[in-house]
Amino acid sequence: MATGADLIRKIKEQIKEVDPREVHEHLHDNGNASNGGAPVIVDVREQHEFEESHLPGAIHVPRGHLESRIEGKVGDKASPVVLYCASGQRSALAADTLQSLLGYEDVASMTGGITLWKDRGYEVETPVSLTPEQKSRYSRHLLLPEVGLEGQLKLLNAKVLLLGAGGLGSPTALYLAAAGVGTLGIVDDDVVDVSNLQRQVIHSEDTLGEPKVDSAEQAIKKLNPDVNVVKYATRLDASNVMEIIEGYDVIVDGVDNFPTRYLLNDATVRLKIPVVSASILGFDGQLSVFAPYEGPCYRCLYPTPPPAELAPSCGANGVLGVLPGTMGLLQATEVVKLVTEAGDPLIGRLLLYDALAAEFNELKVRRDPDCPICSRDPDSIADDEMGVFPDYEAFCAAAG
Amino acid sequence: MPTVKIPPVLRSSTGGEKEVVAEGESVREVLRALAQQHPATEPQLFGDEGELNRYVNVYLNDEDVRVLDGLDTEVQAGDTLVILPAMAGGR
Repeated sequence: MATGADLIRKIKEQIKEVDPREVHEHLHDNGNASNGGAPVIVDVREQHEFEESHLPGAIHVPRGHLESRIEGKVGDKASPVVLYCASGQRSALAADTLQSLLGYEDVASMTGGITLWKDRGYEVETPVSLTPEQKSRYSRHLLLPEVGLEGQLKLLNAKVLLLGAGGLGSPTALYLAAAGVGTLGIVDDDVVDVSNLQRQVIHSEDTLGEPKVDSAEQAIKKLNPDVNVVKYATRLDASNVMEIIEGYDVIVDGVDNFPTRYLLNDATVRLKIPVVSASILGFDGQLSVFAPYEGPCYRCLYPTPPPAELAPSCGANGVLGVLPGTMGLLQATEVVKLVTEAGDPLIGRLLLYDALAAEFNELKVRRDPDCPICSRDPDSIADDEMGVFPDYEAFCAAAG
Repeated sequence: MPTVKIPPVLRSSTGGEKEVVAEGESVREVLRALAQQHPATEPQLFGDEGELNRYVNVYLNDEDVRVLDGLDTEVQAGDTLVILPAMAGGR
């Protein structure tokens, strides 16, 4: 029986090896025809090794995922590929796989790996990285290819504004904080009441009577000190909306009345900020993502609000305590997807959830070519038009 | 016959029914049949001119009838009409 060392020796005889000097020359001699074109450099080490440092421009395919991922990264099997690892052993085995099992025609393994590369004094890329504590905290994100280090860094740099620290805002804020969203703005002028605690899980007995923004901040800081909380103990209105929302990457809408929803819509269209919007009533929830000029806006979906008697949000209405949890977490999921650019966001689609039936349904939402707001140039939308809709004054008078 | 899904805010007008089966070959006919069975829904669906109220969205299966032929959109026996009112609750 051959030993592992025998096997590696034997494989090294069957593959091509290149010296780091040659790879270094290729890097600084991009596209020189006499070299047969610059090779694709593939790092086959593990994620944490790649994150520490890697060759400039190297792509990362861990050896354990080589067979399943290499074709997605290097589609042309005739193109020259140089593989490297820490010392040249794993890359030799990987080169053998590419050459004899996957049919790559021009594969080489770099002798001595990145260790020899560094010993020669050649440059490496050290990506902006996480502290050891952050690597551990976000490890389950880092393991997901759709998030990974890049996605986690995006989350840490993201600014997300939550409108309301109530039923929807509570779970959203907690999970976005846990996910490492760097800045969470919270707009709420209310104080914590015992009747909130049936569903507003960010607050607690300890914070009864305190402003919700303060109560939410305490809970967020206990969960994740990385998060910078910006508090706005106010109601969103025409005089402050532009100032508050400017600079945020995503807005999470959980407000409880139509005039504010229209106002927010118009302001976010002007500033081209996507809104993850949810609403709840009784046992039913609705969710959609309004991405200005990419998909429909709130006014495309609801050109005008229902009269007060059909707009139960104006009065005190019952809501199943877990329902805002369900809908708020779907909102948080959409926020993470928008920030990390993973998956298909809920743009142009309205998700309906019926808790009693345990049913999800989806409706298509189209951009309205005659939309009073998003069919226009954002700069043409005037301050005094924002939040206004037909019968606005009668609506608000009836709603009290 | 087509089925009409009734949203929570209209269920008090349909005696609590969440789904109503109503006959008709167009969106207008089906909604009229619904209004006939449950008269309290009529002023909530239709304006004085007999047109659909602007604040009521109606979907044939998953498509907004406004991008189809509106109230004249043809309806097949197995279709579902969804009546969707705007909701704003968040607290």
